[in-house]
Amino acid sequence: MPLLEIRNLQIEFGRAPNALRAVDGVCLSLEPGKTLGLVGESGSGKSVTALSIARLLASPPAFYAGGEIFLEGRDVLKMRAAELRGIRGGLVSYVFQEPGASLDPVFRIGNQIKEALKLHRPEAATDDEVVRLLKLVGIPAPEARARSYPHEMSGGMQQRAMIAMALAPQPKLLVADEPTTALDVTIQAQIIELLGRLREQLGMAILLITHNLGVVGDLADQVAVMYAGQIVETAPARELLKRPLHPYTQALMNSVPSLEAEAGRLATIPGAVPRLGAFPPGCRFHPRCPRARPECSQAAPALAEVEPGRWVRCPFWNAPDLKT
Amino acid sequence: MRETLLEVKALKVHFPVNAGPFLRAKEFVRAVDGVSFTIAPGETVGLVGESGCGKTTLGRAVIRLVEPTDGRIVFDGEDLTRLKGFALRARRRKFQMIFQDPYGSLNPRATVRNIIGEALDIHRLAPNAATRRQRVDSLLQDVGLDHAHAERYPHEFSGGQRQRIGIARALAVEPRLIVCDEPVSALDVSVQAQIVNLLQELQQEHGMAYLFVAHDLAVVRHLSRRILVMYLGKIVEAGEARTTCRFPKHPYTQALISAVPVVDPDSKRRRIILAGDVPSPIHPPGGCPFHPRCPVAEAQCKTEVPALREVEPGRWVSCHLAK
Repeated sequence: MPLLEIRNLQIEFGRAPNALRAVDGVCLSLEPGKTLGLVGESGSGKSVTALSIARLLASPPAFYAGGEIFLEGRDVLKMRAAELRGIRGGLVSYVFQEPGASLDPVFRIGNQIKEALKLHRPEAATDDEVVRLLKLVGIPAPEARARSYPHEMSGGMQQRAMIAMALAPQPKLLVADEPTTALDVTIQAQIIELLGRLREQLGMAILLITHNLGVVGDLADQVAVMYAGQIVETAPARELLKRPLHPYTQALMNSVPSLEAEAGRLATIPGAVPRLGAFPPGCRFHPRCPRARPECSQAAPALAEVEPGRWVRCPFWNAPDLKT
Repeated sequence: MRETLLEVKALKVHFPVNAGPFLRAKEFVRAVDGVSFTIAPGETVGLVGESGCGKTTLGRAVIRLVEPTDGRIVFDGEDLTRLKGFALRARRRKFQMIFQDPYGSLNPRATVRNIIGEALDIHRLAPNAATRRQRVDSLLQDVGLDHAHAERYPHEFSGGQRQRIGIARALAVEPRLIVCDEPVSALDVSVQAQIVNLLQELQQEHGMAYLFVAHDLAVVRHLSRRILVMYLGKIVEAGEARTTCRFPKHPYTQALISAVPVVDPDSKRRRIILAGDVPSPIHPPGGCPFHPRCPVAEAQCKTEVPALREVEPGRWVSCHLAK
């Protein structure tokens, strides 16, 4: 049984007839101990999808318009408040983008971690356990660091402390929402390595959300690419990175600057992600797509399995580009 | 000899710590500690390093946004280091800055027209309202925005569009040098590429020089002809961009390069993960400042400070072990 299974999830903001659909028919599945990378630009709906797993979206304005989210076989969308409290931070923990904004500035790091322990593992809410967690995420001098305030730590250290806090309740699923975006490349590499090590050591699953396909390659087993609220391609990570099939995935990969390439113009995706509620008819990517044909603006393509294990939302994935 | 637009000589910026009103500071943060380099007209020089290495302070000191403690800044043949007041303000037209945070660097209560127009007003570049209007419209067009955007407020724009507004503001006074302080770090990769391309196009059109400050070598590599790598207030490696990225000599540069995320899953590149953070610039480690994190440090590195020396023509490295 998968640890997490999202079926045809639909999330809307606001009420009909003015509802804006931010997530439209997303299906995801994650086995225990595996890593799923969810990739997309700002505004693609990836964070909204991630927050919905523990039903963290404030409702209103968000409404779950359809679909199911199964965590260990139980539908999160049908849970009562008490059950939800049990899974939030318990079964599922979150690490967010800006560690500085997620930590409480007036409490010592150790106390903040102990608070998470008190809620989910009261028997383990001891200084020893706090130090063990800080050591686990590779913070040097953990005894002294437990007494530090967040502002006394660098961004990388703060993110490690956030991860320690997320690990406190021994979650089975860690949702990491852009955990490295605000950090330096060197620190980014450290955090990615740490997440990989923790996954091996603790056997937890990771849902890694990022806009940078380069970050996904080191960690993910499976990758799903989101655009304008829909999944446009999903495949095993290696295969997707070696041979992306959807034009959007290809464009996204080309825009990652590389050291090997010759200097000069970087490939870009013309235009911007369409605003919520202003999605174009037909295929949502067609106004920016180099492969778009007239029929792309007519019918919305479905996510189809084009090769074993490879799902693509583009009927012309095999066709050559028409314009460059 | 080739023409020089900006020459920085042994620049130092030290910030006092723990100084009360009647106390003399006993300790200093050596944010920039003896940096020298030049920029030619129309050239792009990349400045790379981790947070806390002093790269932002250096970028700001070069255009006198922070006061240098020591050293000289010569811009277009004129010593800027001691200029004050009106004389300095008049020169500021020649060098502008683009900031990292497109959210924090635009006045939320001003329209785009006034944000860009203010630069024109300060330097009296728009004699009347009609020219000001025209000039702002054409600047917006230059950076890929529409003149209809001029009457809107910053919150109505996405991060990439705001960065374009910041670029238009810097361009307004026709500068010869723009210091770009991490202009794309806060943006999505796809938008990053758009901004990087825009900066390149504008340079071809207007011929200004860039000092491009960033922590991501891959981005710097795309724009720059030469690269300076900075660590704890000092330049540790300097050279032509392509060779520096292909064959880095300093172990720190090698680690920075290996940290750049790669898309190709079969990449043969070995990852060097640097342990720890940049040490405190108040008490930098003795000897080579990089030795506590250096994977190849030897006994000599703990005691002797390596000098920045030319190991090949045009390539400068400060490492005892570099050949």
